[in-house]
Amino acid sequence: MVTGARRTDELRTADAPPGAGDRPVSTGPPDTVSTGPPGPDSPVDAGGPRAGKPVDTPLEARLRELAGAVPDPELPVLTLAELGVLRGVRGLGPGSVVVELTPTYTGCPALETMAADIERVLHDHGIPDVSVVTVLSPAWSTDDISAEGRRKLAEFGIAPPRPHTAGSGPVPLALSVRCPHCGSTETELLSRFSSTACKALRRCVSCREPFDHFKEL
Amino acid sequence: MTTTANAAALALGDDALVLSHRLGEWAGHAPVLEEEVALANIALDLLGQARVLLSLAGDEDELAYLREERSFRNLQLVEQPGGDFARTIVRQLFFSVYQRLLYGELATGSGPFAALAAKAVKEVAYHVDHAEHWTLRLGDGTEESHRRMSRACEELWRFTGEMFQPVDGLDLDWRALEREWLESVTGVLERATLTVPEGPRSGAWTAGAGRQGVHTEPFGRMLAEMQHLHRSHPGASW
Repeated sequence: MVTGARRTDELRTADAPPGAGDRPVSTGPPDTVSTGPPGPDSPVDAGGPRAGKPVDTPLEARLRELAGAVPDPELPVLTLAELGVLRGVRGLGPGSVVVELTPTYTGCPALETMAADIERVLHDHGIPDVSVVTVLSPAWSTDDISAEGRRKLAEFGIAPPRPHTAGSGPVPLALSVRCPHCGSTETELLSRFSSTACKALRRCVSCREPFDHFKEL
Repeated sequence: MTTTANAAALALGDDALVLSHRLGEWAGHAPVLEEEVALANIALDLLGQARVLLSLAGDEDELAYLREERSFRNLQLVEQPGGDFARTIVRQLFFSVYQRLLYGELATGSGPFAALAAKAVKEVAYHVDHAEHWTLRLGDGTEESHRRMSRACEELWRFTGEMFQPVDGLDLDWRALEREWLESVTGVLERATLTVPEGPRSGAWTAGAGRQGVHTEPFGRMLAEMQHLHRSHPGASW
C-alpha cells in the first residue's frame, strides 16, 4: 500500500468539489471555453454525464484539456479524458488547482501513476500546486468511455465494452462480443479476468486468436 | 466519522483486506494460469475496497500493518487458509454473495459507505459470477471435484452465521439479508448437485467472534507474514 495520491477526500461526491465556494464564479456560457461544437471528446464533456457542475473558467478548461490528454498508463492508446476518469479541474487560486479523478476499479493500481502524470504535466505548464484527489461517486462505468475511446480500443486489439441497456444486470451476457482482429461475432469467453482488472479474456472461434475484452462495469 | 461508523469501516475493511491477502496467496499456485489471474484480480478489487474503508477509519497502512490480531474485526470465514481450490471457491461463493447483498443495501443509503458500496457492488457482481460458475463446474463435475466441494461446504458452513451479526454503525435488516443469502447460496449449491449442509450456523460449535476481535489460530500466522515487511522496515519506500 503506497499512499502516493492523496486519498483524504475519498468519499466526497463530485457535486461538492473542494473550494467550490471559494473560486470566482464564471458567468460565461459554456461556449466561451470551447472552440468547437461540443462533441463526446471535447474537453468540456470530458467529465462525462455529470450535470449541474460549475462552468469551467477558460484556464480550467485549458488545464482540463492538458490533464485529459494524459495517456492511460496501462492502455496508452487511450487518454484519461477518453477513458472518462477525469472528473474535473478546479482552480483554487493563482497557481493552485485540484484535479478530480475517479478509478475504473476501486483497486486500480494505475491511479497513482495517473495522478503523478497529471501533476507532472500541469507542473510543466506552470501550475506549481497540483493536488489530485480521488472521487468515487458517481461510480465510473464503461459507458463513460467516449466513442473515440471505443474506436481506439478496437483498433488496438481490445474489444470495447458493450453499452449498458436498461434493465440488464451488471454482468450482461446477451450481446455478442466482436473479435477485434477479424470482426467475427463468434467469440467465446476464456476467463472473466485478464491482464488488468478491467478486462476479460476471450477467443475468436473464427480466427482462433485470443483477445482482451474491456468488460462492462 | 462517528465512532460507530469507524467500527463499521474497520469491520468491512478488515474483511476485504484479509480475504484479499488469502486470495493473493494463490499467486504462483493456482491450478491454471487463468485462475491465477482471476484470483489476483479479485484480490486486487478487495484490496481497493480495503484501502478506501480503512482510510475512513484512520491511516490505512498503520491499520493494516501495525495492529495486533485482537484489534482486527474481520469475519473468521475470511481468515481461514485457502485450502484446496474447492475450499477457496466455496468461500468465494459464501463471501461474495454476502458482500453483494451488503453493498447493494449500503449503496441505496446516504451513509458514509454509500459511494464505495455503489462502486464496489459492480465489481463484486463479477466475483459472484466467478464463484457460481466454478461451483457449478466442480460440484457437478467429477467424483473427486464433487467430493472436495462437499467437504469444503461442510467445513465452512459453520462460519457463515457470523456474517449476519449486526455491525454497529450499519443500519440494515440483517435477518432479511440472511434470508436472501441463504436463498441465493442454496440455489447455487442445489444446481451444482451439492447438498446444502445441515450443520448449525449459530450457537455452540460454530464460529462467530471475529467482529469482537477473537480469531482462529491460522490468522496469527497470516498476519505475521502480511505485516512482516512493514514492521521490519518502518517507513520504507521505493
